[in-house]
Formats: sequence, structure tokens, C-alpha cells
Amino acid sequence: MEQLSFRFEGGKAIAATVPARVVGVVASGNLEVLIEPAPADPGCTIDINTAAKGFGTIWQAVMTDFHARHGLAGVRVSINDAGATPAIVTLRLDQAVEAFTNHAAGR
Amino acid sequence: MNARAGTPRIWNRRAEGRVRRQARAAARLGPQLDGKLVDPAAIVALLEEVIEAGDRVCLEGNNQKQADFLARALTAVDRARIHDLHMVQSVLALPEHLDVFERGIATRLDFSFSGPQAARLAKMAGAGQIAIGAIHTYLELFGRYFIDLTPNVALVAAQAADRAGNLYTGPNTEDTPVIAEATAFASGLVVAQVNEIVDVLPRIDIPSDWVGFVVPSPQAHYIEPLFTRDPAKISEIQVLMAMMAIKGIYAPYAVDRLNHGIGFDTAAIELLLPTYAESLGLRGKICRHWALNPHPTLIPAIEAGFVESIHSFGSELGMEDYIRARPDVFFTGPDGSMRSNRAFCQTAGHYACDMFIGSTLQIDLAGNSSTATLGRIAGFGGAPNMGADARGRRHATPAWLAAGREGAHDPSAAPRGRKLVVQMVETFREHMAPAFVERLDAWDLGEAAGMALPPIMIYGDDVTHVLTEEGIANLLLCRDAGEREQAIRGVAGYTPVGLARDRRAVERLRERGVIRRAEDLAIDKRDATRDLLAARSIKDLVRASGGLYRPPERFRNW
Repeated sequence: MEQLSFRFEGGKAIAATVPARVVGVVASGNLEVLIEPAPADPGCTIDINTAAKGFGTIWQAVMTDFHARHGLAGVRVSINDAGATPAIVTLRLDQAVEAFTNHAAGR
Repeated sequence: MNARAGTPRIWNRRAEGRVRRQARAAARLGPQLDGKLVDPAAIVALLEEVIEAGDRVCLEGNNQKQADFLARALTAVDRARIHDLHMVQSVLALPEHLDVFERGIATRLDFSFSGPQAARLAKMAGAGQIAIGAIHTYLELFGRYFIDLTPNVALVAAQAADRAGNLYTGPNTEDTPVIAEATAFASGLVVAQVNEIVDVLPRIDIPSDWVGFVVPSPQAHYIEPLFTRDPAKISEIQVLMAMMAIKGIYAPYAVDRLNHGIGFDTAAIELLLPTYAESLGLRGKICRHWALNPHPTLIPAIEAGFVESIHSFGSELGMEDYIRARPDVFFTGPDGSMRSNRAFCQTAGHYACDMFIGSTLQIDLAGNSSTATLGRIAGFGGAPNMGADARGRRHATPAWLAAGREGAHDPSAAPRGRKLVVQMVETFREHMAPAFVERLDAWDLGEAAGMALPPIMIYGDDVTHVLTEEGIANLLLCRDAGEREQAIRGVAGYTPVGLARDRRAVERLRERGVIRRAEDLAIDKRDATRDLLAARSIKDLVRASGGLYRPPERFRNW
């Protein structure tokens, strides 16, 4: 196991009342993403538990792009990864955010 | 005295050779030869009499059916008599196909595809046990059968023969007609192994006067279910990529005549036709005519009325009854079973299809695509003929004209169309192996094996689109090599090639529509779930076929 943590400042704040969302499953080649409000946080914190060691540079790039795409603040993201490719990580993150923010927008 | 008058030229050496070989076989086999029918116990003796040292021999190896009994027999001939054979065959599928080299019976090889034997072939070629002439595309090798690689002896497989030697190949006709024609009409000898001898054949696929000898095989020939993909193994990324393919390529170009490569990526597209493509109103507008093996994953689209016709290179195990029940869609004989033909289907795929879409293992910055990786000489199969612009094509279709217009950068040039050639890959393969590389393994492999050219499957200048989970790069719209490189980097994800992109250049390409992402195509990624697949298991495919599809045992889990 390897633990990684990323923080991004700035972005649009998410209301504290939005319910947390979980997408994906912890199965080989897959991952689970939990996204929840963190009203005290002016930025976005991402904590990652991954089964694959030595891919910190790629995680950094995937998370930087994630923040550039969505720019969320007041949000905490927790990832349990069982060796997913960057493609599936990106898909799960986007699915989680779409589910999370569309609830916020009343969809 | 005129020297030429003294030594009259002999014009029928080949025909005399055939008579000599037949006479030798008759003398050696005695009662074990009855007309053309050979006692299977005498098969090695027969091969020793009809084959001569230095002969070119075609040992029929297909994608599906294998002349396995004859292959085993060939490995057992007396190599003091039979040696230095030059093997010319499309597919190296069985261990025996290489055993003949290991045992010193054959020395030279010209072929197309060696998927199952790729690692051993690379090892033997590296050790000097096999001299490889060239790795061909199918049509190219078939073409050479009629020019400079004509077999002296062909060892083929059929389902059944009658006592006169007519052959019924069944649905897996595959290479047999082209091999038999090239051999028989150059005074060569065709030896056929058959599963059974019958009084009346369901239909005649190869006429008896092309066939020299028929041997009933003690066991039915082996058939590989090569084109069956279990929908249960299709990932959400593959669903997402299939959505992008349909909305970003099939719909705007109105792709109506096409070939799909083998694999889960294209299986996902097939299973999205009755659901996603239907929801986009595309039924009757795309995917009506196919050059394709009978993929089980196409059953739901056929049943939904998407598909009008399919011509096949070979058949697929378990699809026989379904095909028989859908004769308007498949090419079938008067007996009801399918007639496939690799040579004609490759021709159809090359000249009569508007698009080839398939997977690969490596793509470089010029778009060159290769399935050769270090230590494996896998060959090409059909992809290069399907995945190449047909420069001899002259008939127009909307998709072909649209691609031609996009690819035309010189307004003074005469207008012409263009085939869509799409390479579809996830940016990382399993074990995080990047699909995008600065330099293809093919270069090292070619140098190690002393090849004249690196074994590139599809050349970059034939590729029109690269599709990954990150987006679609339309290479037709690229104006120079620099744009092309950034377009490829721009869909290469988090591979080293993708991370080294010029971000501003990539954004400019995106603004021009050269790169299109899922969001640019208004695709909601939340829809990219397995629920979108028209079948999610082999059992669903059986159900969709009304019970007519009978999957091989290994695909059944119920």
C-alpha cells in the first residue's frame, strides 16, 4: 500500500448540505471514490490509498488535471485504489463530481 | 548445326513432376491408396512420396480451422529425404507449424500471422533455425501464391469429401479456395484431410479435379473460437470509448460499410449499437454492411435491425445455427451453412468498406501502429489490408468523400476520397504498459531478426483517427507533422508521451476540433456504465439469438 495526499487551493465552494457520494468499488483494476463536503476547508483535499506503488508522478498529474477541470473548494475526496489505470481513475472522479455537483445544482 | 534444335525445350516439367509424384505414391501405398482416398495409417508415407526436398509447401493454417493431422504427419517424415522445405502459409497457429523447422524438415518461411506461436517464432528466428522471407498481409501472401510463391504441394483441411475427392469445407472455408487454386493450376498437388467421407456432400466448395489426395483424419480438425468476446469482461472505459466512437466518428461520417478489428474495444461498439446508437437515431444510417467474422457480440445489433449484410473471412464456433437462420444477413450456400472466403473478404474490406477500426499495442508520434513487441514476432493478419487507404478505389460514398475532403490540404489537387482508419486504444494497457511510445518495439525487433523493414502493422499516413479514453485525434485535419505529433500527444493521457505534450498547442487543436474530448461531444460520463451494453454476458447473447447461438464450453458458466 502507498498513501498519497494532495491539496489544491481556490475554486468554487460547495454547500455544506450536499450529501456525500461514493462511486466505484474496490476490486482489482478499479477504485472507490468518496466525495464529501468539508465546509471548513477553503480548498480541496485528496487522500489516496493505493495498492500500486511508485506511481506518485502520475497521480499528481491526474489530480492536477482533476482540479483544473472542476476547481472545487470545501470538498474532501478519499480514494481507495486497487490498481486502476489513470483512465478509470479519471472516469470515476468525473462521475463522482457530476453526481455530487448536479445534486447541488438541483438536477 | 543449330544448338537449339538439338535440345528441345521441355514445357511441362511441373505436370510431369505431378505424374511422377502420384506414381511414386501409388507404388509405395499399394492397397492403402484407393483412387484418391488415402489410408490415414499411410499418411506419412504419402507425404514422403508427394513432397520433394526443396519444395514450397503450403500447410493450411487459418485463424479457425487447422490441417492439424497433416501438420503432425509432416513433422514425422524422413528428413534424410524431405528437407529444405520452404513453408508458405498465412497463419502459424499450431506447435507443429514450428516443429517442422526444429526437426530440420523446413528452413524457409513466408507467412502473415503467428499470434499463438509469436514468442517461439522470435526465438527460433533469432537462433537461425528459420529464415523468414517476409511477414505479409493476407492479400499480399495470396497474391504471391500466383506469382513467385506458388506451392508445389498444399496440405489443406475440409469438413468432408466424397469418394471422387470433391471437398465440403463447411462454414470455415477461409483460405482453402485460394490455396487449392494456386496449387492445382500450377500442376501442384493438393492433399486434403477431412473429418468424414460421405456419399453426397451438402455442397461442393472445392471441385475434385483440383484435389490429388484425400485422407480421413482420425480426429476432426481443430477449430479455434478466435472472435468470441465475453461481454462480462467489457470495462466502463471501453463503454466510454465506444460512445465516443459512435458519436464522434460513426455518426458524423455516416459510416455504413465497415470492418471491426478483433477485441473488447470493438465488441463494446457492437453492443452499443442497439442502445446508444439507437438513442441517437442512427439505425439505418450507420453500420449496415460489414466485412466481418460472425462476431457473437453483433447478434443484438443484427436482431435490432441495424445490420443488413455480413461477408466473413471465416466462421466462428457456435454461430452455425444462428447464421443458418439468418440467410438474408450472412452469405450461405444452398445447404444453408455459411460460405466464408478470406481472400474475397479481405478484398471487400480493402476496397468496399469505408472504415476500419481496431486496437493495437503501440502507437508512435507519427501514428505508426504495431503489435510487434520485443521477443514476439506476431505478424499482421488482416489489419494492414483493412487499415490502409485503398488507392485503387474509385467508387464514392458519403463517408469516403467526407474523409477525403478533410484530408485534402492542397486545393489545386484533384478531389479524391479516403478510407477512415481508426486506431482505438486505452492509453495504458495492462500492467501500466503505455500504448503510446516515442519509438516502436518494431524497430528493435526488425533489426534483431534482420528484417528489411520494421514490422509496422498500420502506417501513420494511413491512420485518420486515434481514439483513446481521453479523446479523439483527427489526423486528417493536421496540417503538418508537428500538429500531428501534438494531436497524438493530446489524447495519450498520462503516458510519458502524453505528459510531454505542449499544452497550448493541444488546446489550440481542441479549439479547431482536431482533438475532441467526451465533453466536446456532449457525452455525459455518468452514462458510461455497463448498463448501456445490449448484452452483459454470453448468456445474454444466447438469449438475444433466441437460443440459436451455442457458445463453446469454455464460454459457458451456467
